[in-house]
Amino acid sequence: MNVDELRAHICEKHPDLCPLFSIDYGDGTVQVAPEELHSAAKDLKELGFDALAMVTAVDTGDVFTLVYRLTSIGLGAAVYLKADVPRGDPEIDSLCDLWPAANWQEREVYDLFGVAFMGHPNLRRILLSDDWEGHPLRKDYEDASMIRRPDYI
Amino acid sequence: MALDVESRTPVVDQDGRSVEELVVNVGPVHPSTHGVCRVIVHLDGEIVTEAIPVIGYLHRGIEKMAENRTYLQVVPLTDRLDYVGSMYSNWAYCRAVERLAGIAVPERAEYLRVITCEMQRIASHMMALGSSAADTGAFTMFIYAFDVRERVVELFEELCGSRLTYNYVRPGGVSFDLPEGWTERLLAFTRQTPAALDEMDRLFFGNVIARGRLKDIGVLSAEDAVAWGASGPVARGSGVSWDLRRDDAYSVYPRFTFDVPLGENGDCYDRARVRLFECYESLRILEQAVEQLEPGRVMAEGWPRLLAPRAGDAYDQIESARGALGVYIVSDGSVRPYRMHVRAPAFCNLALLGELAVGHTLSDLVVVLGSLDPVFGEVDR
Repeated sequence: MNVDELRAHICEKHPDLCPLFSIDYGDGTVQVAPEELHSAAKDLKELGFDALAMVTAVDTGDVFTLVYRLTSIGLGAAVYLKADVPRGDPEIDSLCDLWPAANWQEREVYDLFGVAFMGHPNLRRILLSDDWEGHPLRKDYEDASMIRRPDYI
Repeated sequence: MALDVESRTPVVDQDGRSVEELVVNVGPVHPSTHGVCRVIVHLDGEIVTEAIPVIGYLHRGIEKMAENRTYLQVVPLTDRLDYVGSMYSNWAYCRAVERLAGIAVPERAEYLRVITCEMQRIASHMMALGSSAADTGAFTMFIYAFDVRERVVELFEELCGSRLTYNYVRPGGVSFDLPEGWTERLLAFTRQTPAALDEMDRLFFGNVIARGRLKDIGVLSAEDAVAWGASGPVARGSGVSWDLRRDDAYSVYPRFTFDVPLGENGDCYDRARVRLFECYESLRILEQAVEQLEPGRVMAEGWPRLLAPRAGDAYDQIESARGALGVYIVSDGSVRPYRMHVRAPAFCNLALLGELAVGHTLSDLVVVLGSLDPVFGEVDR
């Protein structure tokens, strides 16, 4: 299923998601407000997106953009689901009840960005030690052991 | 992580013995954890009641480092993600960069990428099968598997000078063309290896002890495999018919004829068997690729070494030996990636350990961990 067929499929089955769906360089994205994330994810799962491939975040300076990539083996399609959470209060619903694949990936985003996933059964750090302070993938993370490369390019 | 072992009130069983749950720490330094993996195991006698993997011992901050390197400088970092599969780790990253920048890779370079990736798949599966067999005590299988792997690694050394971390696939193509006579040596390898694989099949998979150690251990259903984000041999061992080479049909894979082996029961035996049969299929692809290989450029023309792709994001994934390996890159238009995330199949597959090991013995935990085939460079990044 290519991205135009995917848009038609989504607009037919879930018209409320239709205005949120955009195509950019061949990739389809459903952009939602953080409060709508869980219901949009549930709708997409019903549409046939049975596999959560990726959960990650991007620190854009103003907000953290949470990026989810959903895959449908049956439809042969993939779609991004994106939500922006404010830096000051990065909280969003966990998708662990929809896809157990979200468990470790959300823990990683919590560990490296500090985004709190509400409803996550085990929200602890996963890659860093439990007593680590700070969230390294944030752009304002400072650490005495970090080495700055010279900006000669 | 501090281990909270509160004192438990012993329970007295019907024979008058006091029984208490035992919490055992496995790893991170352990010969059978396939790397630096710590597992906190709650045991009722020999039976595992809970297994909590603790990872992060090989976390080097590759995603953070990538933000401070140019796109070409990130390629050696990707070598060290799945260090057993450096060729396809490079490739997944390069595909994401090429998708973002809109680079068209020359055809010969695509063929060379497929050839090196399939050779890497064989080498990686030999590592997986050999080390899993060694975990069960079958050390001879380990040596037989590493003999096949050694031939692949020698060919790679001729090709790009390195035995483990190759830095060969670059954005736009590959770094070197083939040396003289390399394809003849590769074809000699593809002719000799099926007999070696047959021997391994008889030696290990036909052995009654190996069957007893692997069959009906760590059973994963197809629905759980998809729900938990498993991919690669872990999912195909449960019967999930999903292989990106066939279903996403990327690069020049549509030009080759190959089958996708599937398991039935989703136990450790099926996962290992899927890996063995994928090696036969990889040999088929290699022979077809060498036959179809035409002369040409191996690197795209007209692209600067200091790539500055358009602002935006791109995700691309390939079928690695461990599953769907994807790289997500966000660019702000500068020469360095703004954000690089690696969707590591070993990380997603390892999450299943806590589910699959429960109800089996401690020695089966090691077998389950081996069948999930984690490489901690990829799990921890």
